[in-house]
Amino acid sequence: MSDLIFARAQMGFSLAFHIIFAVAGIALPLMMVIAEALWLKTGDEIYKTITKRWARGTAVLFAVGAVSGTVLSFELGLLWPEFMKWAGSIIGLPFALEGYAFFTEAIFLGIYLYGWDKVSKPMHLLSGCIVALSGALSAVFVVIANAWMNAPVGFKLVGNLPTEIDPLKAMTSPAAFPQVLHMLIAAYAAIGLLAAGVHAFMLLRDRQNVFHRRALGICLALGCTMALAEPLSGDILAQMVAHTQPIKLAALEGQFDTMRGAPLRIGGLPNVETKQTPYSIEIPKMLSMLAFHDLDAEVKGLNDFPRDVWPPVLLVHLNFQIMVACGVIMGVVSLWAAALYAKTKRLPDSTAFLKAVICISPLGLIAIESGWMVTELGRQPWVVHGVLRTSHAVTPMPGLWLPFTTFLFVYMALAVIVVALLIREFSRSKDVVAGVQHTSPASKLQSAETRPESDHD
Amino acid sequence: MIDAALYLAIIMLISLNIYALLGGADYGGGVWDLFAVGKRAKEQRELIAGAIGPIWEANHVWLILVVVILFSAFPAAFSLLSISLHVPLTLLLLGIIARGTAFTFRKYDSHKDHVQRRWGRIFAMASLITPVLLGIVVGAISQGKVSADIAGKTFSQVYIDPWCTPFCFAVGGFALVLFSFLAAVYSTVYAPTEELKTDFQRRALGAQVACAILALLVFILAEHSAPGLKDSLAHSSWSLLLQGATAACAISSSIALFKRKFHAARFFAAGQVTLILWGWGLAQYPYMIRPDMTINNAQGAASTQTLLLAAIASGALLLFPSFYFLLKVFKHKIDQPINK
Ligand code: HDD
Ligand code: HEM
Ligand code: HEM
Repeated sequence: MSDLIFARAQMGFSLAFHIIFAVAGIALPLMMVIAEALWLKTGDEIYKTITKRWARGTAVLFAVGAVSGTVLSFELGLLWPEFMKWAGSIIGLPFALEGYAFFTEAIFLGIYLYGWDKVSKPMHLLSGCIVALSGALSAVFVVIANAWMNAPVGFKLVGNLPTEIDPLKAMTSPAAFPQVLHMLIAAYAAIGLLAAGVHAFMLLRDRQNVFHRRALGICLALGCTMALAEPLSGDILAQMVAHTQPIKLAALEGQFDTMRGAPLRIGGLPNVETKQTPYSIEIPKMLSMLAFHDLDAEVKGLNDFPRDVWPPVLLVHLNFQIMVACGVIMGVVSLWAAALYAKTKRLPDSTAFLKAVICISPLGLIAIESGWMVTELGRQPWVVHGVLRTSHAVTPMPGLWLPFTTFLFVYMALAVIVVALLIREFSRSKDVVAGVQHTSPASKLQSAETRPESDHD
Repeated sequence: MIDAALYLAIIMLISLNIYALLGGADYGGGVWDLFAVGKRAKEQRELIAGAIGPIWEANHVWLILVVVILFSAFPAAFSLLSISLHVPLTLLLLGIIARGTAFTFRKYDSHKDHVQRRWGRIFAMASLITPVLLGIVVGAISQGKVSADIAGKTFSQVYIDPWCTPFCFAVGGFALVLFSFLAAVYSTVYAPTEELKTDFQRRALGAQVACAILALLVFILAEHSAPGLKDSLAHSSWSLLLQGATAACAISSSIALFKRKFHAARFFAAGQVTLILWGWGLAQYPYMIRPDMTINNAQGAASTQTLLLAAIASGALLLFPSFYFLLKVFKHKIDQPINK
């Protein structure tokens, strides 16, 4: 394998790793302030316990998010120095703004985690809100930078170099709004439903557990709403792709021939040799409809483009199928939750439903990973769509297999440890909650203050 | 007229300065974790962990700010640095990963002794190595072997020689002892008991001696390795003034330590590190990366620089009150940590 391949793979897994902690850093703080607000409103100590659990989760994940993010900001240079030389001035601004979001996030997370008994209750809640907001803002800014790579604007190309650089304009790439929207909703949907799965699992073993019932309620409220919104934002995003990156759309859909009234393909294995996508279910004219809101719109096919600018069609198509499938399944279960709730006006907790929630809980993260593969693989061979090739952006440094292997190993170790720590947290929550339930209200209050995780460690 | 590029370079130096004072002390804390000995070893470790806990991530962002300003405002310098210093930067990253995660895992993992010790050891080792690498990078951009012209050169000429020199390692060692010195001095202030204060007083004085030795070593090696830097350090009037002030700070902090005036010692220690850094910055001016890359010829688009300045200024309006609030909330906690 060439150094370029190692660089791409290292960038890919570094981001794929970071995104998990990033989405947790976006969604968990929101969940925790919702729980805290409910605690303040109802005075129910269980909400406080929930808040503290999620806050502990946020703390562990935030640390790994911070180091893996630091790695990324260096890797941009270590792996793609020519890209950064070329584009640093253009996309530096959103990264700088993201830096401020990190600052506020880290500062107020410190206050939130360690300040339970040091600041007033409203101030504590406000700190949590700032953490949630700055987590979302980090994502907004960094995805804006990525959107520019997909649909670059705000500069003029003279020779091969950008001039008349306008960084503000660059932030208004047509891809920016749809990508940001889709990403944020994805984060809430994925983490909401993931946490729902965990609490549903605990609830199946202990149906009366109040802690898990309340927690599940918050997770479902957030996760299901967002999961239902996600396909809608996906539609907006797909239209943007159709207009700005027709070749990516063609790869997404395995569309080789340019045609009017193009069909939507479900499944299928695009074959770049035969230039066909067999084994797919075709819904006539639907692609034209979805991409351009016109049954007879023309969809450009891959054959219209020179072979050397084709992205890896098979991978892009498959990843897109995976994402959409996840989205559909998550949407269906969310509808089910909504229907159960509409009927009973209480937490949906039938065994079948809880089992379904457990089954779909990883789908959000899977969809996020595959969605990013669609975006990033679908942009190849360009780093900056249409203007700068990935192969021209890579570092001249040889022997990239070594950092690749090292970081891969380190990240795998980190993943194992984080999972082990989180499992440890979950199993602890069993004992804690048992303690809450089997005691009288008065001692319950007291034990909430003296329980091990209740101190400000 | 000072132009935007120079302002941005100054802001980078300020960030680096704050990173050294806050983040640097976090590294130093890790070093003392490693050397925690005697019957109060456990208290020493807890003191350090308590002081680092609430804020290491916030301290860490100062480094990210430096990187982000570097690639936005001086993309050519970022690119050159990332190529020639690929090896130490990669090692630096590994150190940052190991340190940050081990510290956090230690807190959230089982509180059994052997588990704690395992994380503690990784945390401490990484705290020892990372500042050295940071110093090596600073040494490398000062000594003048980083060249963009790589055609026809061997691997070692391009990727190893620019940083693998006694001078760079001496700067690395200097960074390490400075950070350890800072951490020890801060700990004299935070320590809850007189015995602990004395422990860290001794460590601080020891580190101060090591600082003096390494400063001398760096200076001697610079003669041969970094003549450009050495010349502007030795032959300009501002430099003598600054060096005088640095020496005054160093002496004052030592005396204050002796007399157990720990708050004063902290003030002078921070001043000492700050002056060293600015002395380096001034000696480095107008270069970003010696020998070829100056603030001027590394800079990117002017429009970006103006916007960056505006963003940084308005961000600072938000940031400094927040930081102040954080420090205020935890002042109590930091001054008397650990009441488990
Ligand atoms: C919970 C996660 C999730 C779910 C359920 C979906 N997506 Fe998605 N999708 C993402 C998470 C995601 C993502 C990971 O967040 C991406 C990657 C880049 C981005 O901005 O969003 C993405 C990218 C992405 C792209 C590529 C954009 C580009 O290349 O610039 C398209 C066209 C869609 N999505 C469309 C959809 C549709 C039509 C869905 C209908 C079910 C859908 N997504 C469900
Ligand atoms: C977190 C979600 C993301 C994931 C999972 C992801 C994934 C990937 C993958 C798999 C590649 C390799 C593609 C290839 O070369 O075949 C890649 C490349 C790259 N990505 Fe992303 N990416 C993400 C977000 C971003 C963002 C937000 C940015 C920048 C703002 C970015 C910048 C880059 C760059 C510069 C490259 C290298 C050049 C290239 O291969 O095109 N990525 N990413
Ligand atoms: C090239 C791409 C990226 C770079 C260079 C990058 C850089 C960073 C850095 C340096 C941090 C650490 C901040 C700290 O110390 O507190 C961080 C954290 C974070 N990043 Fe990224 N990031 C990238 C991609 C992404 C993407 C794609 C998202 C989300 C969609 C994202 C969202 C976040 C969030 C929410 C955090 C906060 C940490 C947490 O809560 O876990 N980042 N990132």
